Amino acid sequence: MTMNRSPQYPGGARRTPLASRIVGVAIGLALMHPGTRAAAADYVALPGGDFTSVLPQGSVPGVATPVRIAPFQLRVTPVSAGEFRDFVVAHPQWQRGQAPSIFADVRYLDDWPAPDRIDSSAGGAQRPVTNVSWFAAEAFCDTEHARLPTWLEWEYAASADETRHDARDDPAWRRRILRWYERPASAALPPVGGPANAYGVRDLHGVVWEWVDDFNALFIAGDSRTQGDPDLLKFCGAGAISIVDRDSYAVLMRIALLSSLGAADTTRSLGFRCARPLEASKP
Amino acid sequence: MNPVTFSRRDVLLMLASAAFLPAVASAASALPGDSFYRLNPRLTDQDGHPFELASLQGGPVLVSMFYSSCEMVCPVLFETIKQTVRSLPAAMGDRIRILMVTFDPERDTVAVLKETAQKHGCDKQWTLVRGSDANVRQIAAALGVQYRRLSSGEFNHSASVLLLDAQGRIAMRSGSLGAVDPLLVSALRQAS
Repeated sequence: MTMNRSPQYPGGARRTPLASRIVGVAIGLALMHPGTRAAAADYVALPGGDFTSVLPQGSVPGVATPVRIAPFQLRVTPVSAGEFRDFVVAHPQWQRGQAPSIFADVRYLDDWPAPDRIDSSAGGAQRPVTNVSWFAAEAFCDTEHARLPTWLEWEYAASADETRHDARDDPAWRRRILRWYERPASAALPPVGGPANAYGVRDLHGVVWEWVDDFNALFIAGDSRTQGDPDLLKFCGAGAISIVDRDSYAVLMRIALLSSLGAADTTRSLGFRCARPLEASKP
Repeated sequence: MNPVTFSRRDVLLMLASAAFLPAVASAASALPGDSFYRLNPRLTDQDGHPFELASLQGGPVLVSMFYSSCEMVCPVLFETIKQTVRSLPAAMGDRIRILMVTFDPERDTVAVLKETAQKHGCDKQWTLVRGSDANVRQIAAALGVQYRRLSSGEFNHSASVLLLDAQGRIAMRSGSLGAVDPLLVSALRQAS
C-alpha cells in the first residue's frame, strides 16, 4: 500500500463576515462518504478569530502573541470504535496486520478481537476508537473530506466550557479539567457524546487524548537564545517554543504527550476527531 | 458515432505504460513495511518535473528537510552533507543520492529551489523537492522531523540528516551539523 492523499489542507480559509457571525451552529452534513457508512458524522462550525495559545506563536520567546484562527468545522464527537470499524471494513489496507509499519505500529487496533471486528458488548461501538496512529487517523478523516484539526484549532475549541467560549482564566474550570485526567488509565473509556461546550463540541476533555494534524510542530526547546547555544544548531530559527501560561497544566499535558509521539505510534488512550474548512460544507 | 482511432504515438504510449505500471506496482508491494517509499506524495523537483520517492530505490539516499530563506542552519546543512559525501571514496560517494524537502512550499517555488541548488553547488546527485503543506507534514511525520511555521514566516525545525537504505528504510539519523559525522560516514560505507 502506498499513501497518496490529495492535498486538502485549507492553508488559507478566508474569514468572511457571514462566517464570523456563525457561532456554534451545528451543521448536520449530508455528505455521503465514498465507500464508508451512510450516516454522516456531525460537524459544528466554529467562528475562529484572534486566539492566544499557551504556546507562543510570535518570534519573542515566552511572550503571548494572538494568532488569527480561520473559521472551521470540527467533528462534534471523537471518532467511535464502530465508525472506525466501518472504515477498515471499507478500506482493508487499514486493517491491523495490513497497514505497513511506517504508518502504524504493532499495537495498532490490537484491542480488537479481529482485524475487522470490535467488541460491541456493553456499548463498545460507542466508545472512542483508540490505538490508532496519526497516519490512520488522517486516512479516516480523508473519507469524511476532512483532516485532523491543527493544534491551535483544537486548543481554541477546547478553551470553552458549557457557557463561555474562553473559560481558561477560571480556576474552577481548570480544576474540573484536571480532575477528569485523574481517572485511572485502566478504567473503560466512556462512550462519546458527553455534554456540549459553548461551541457545541463534545468530549474535548475527559475522554481521550486526541491527535492533531501538526503534532510534530509541538516540540519544546529551551528559550535562551544566546550566541554559541548548541540548540541553535538543532533547531533553526529564533523563536523556539516556550510556555506562555504555565498554569494550564491540563493543556500542557496534552502538548507533552503529543510532542513525544511518532506518527506511527498508538496508545490505549489516544483517539482523534476530524476538522475541515468552513467552505467544504457549501455545495 | 465517432470512430476511435489511435495514432502511432498513442499506441506506443499505451504499450509503454502497460509495460511500466506492473513494474511499479510490484516494486511497491515488494517494499518493506517500514520503507519511507510507502509514502507517495505529489512532489516537484527543482527542474519542475514530477518526482516519485520510490524512484530513489536501489541505492543509499541521504534525506533532509530545509527552507531556502533560512539563514542559520540550512546553509550548514547543505555544506555538511557535501562534506560527508566528499569524505567517501569517489566511486562510493557518486552512488549516493541526496533528497532535500522544503518546509516552505509557498515561498520555495521551483525557481527558488533551482536557485538554492545552484547557490549551494548541488550537482545531479541532489534533488530538491516541494509538495503541498499536507504532503510536507506527512513526509516530516514519516521521517520523525519536527517543524512549525512562526508568524514571522520563519520556521523552527529539528535539523537532521537521515540515511535511507536501498529499500527506503531509515538506517541512521544524524543530528550532527557543522562537521562530518563519523558514524554517518561509516553507515554510508556499509550501505554503499
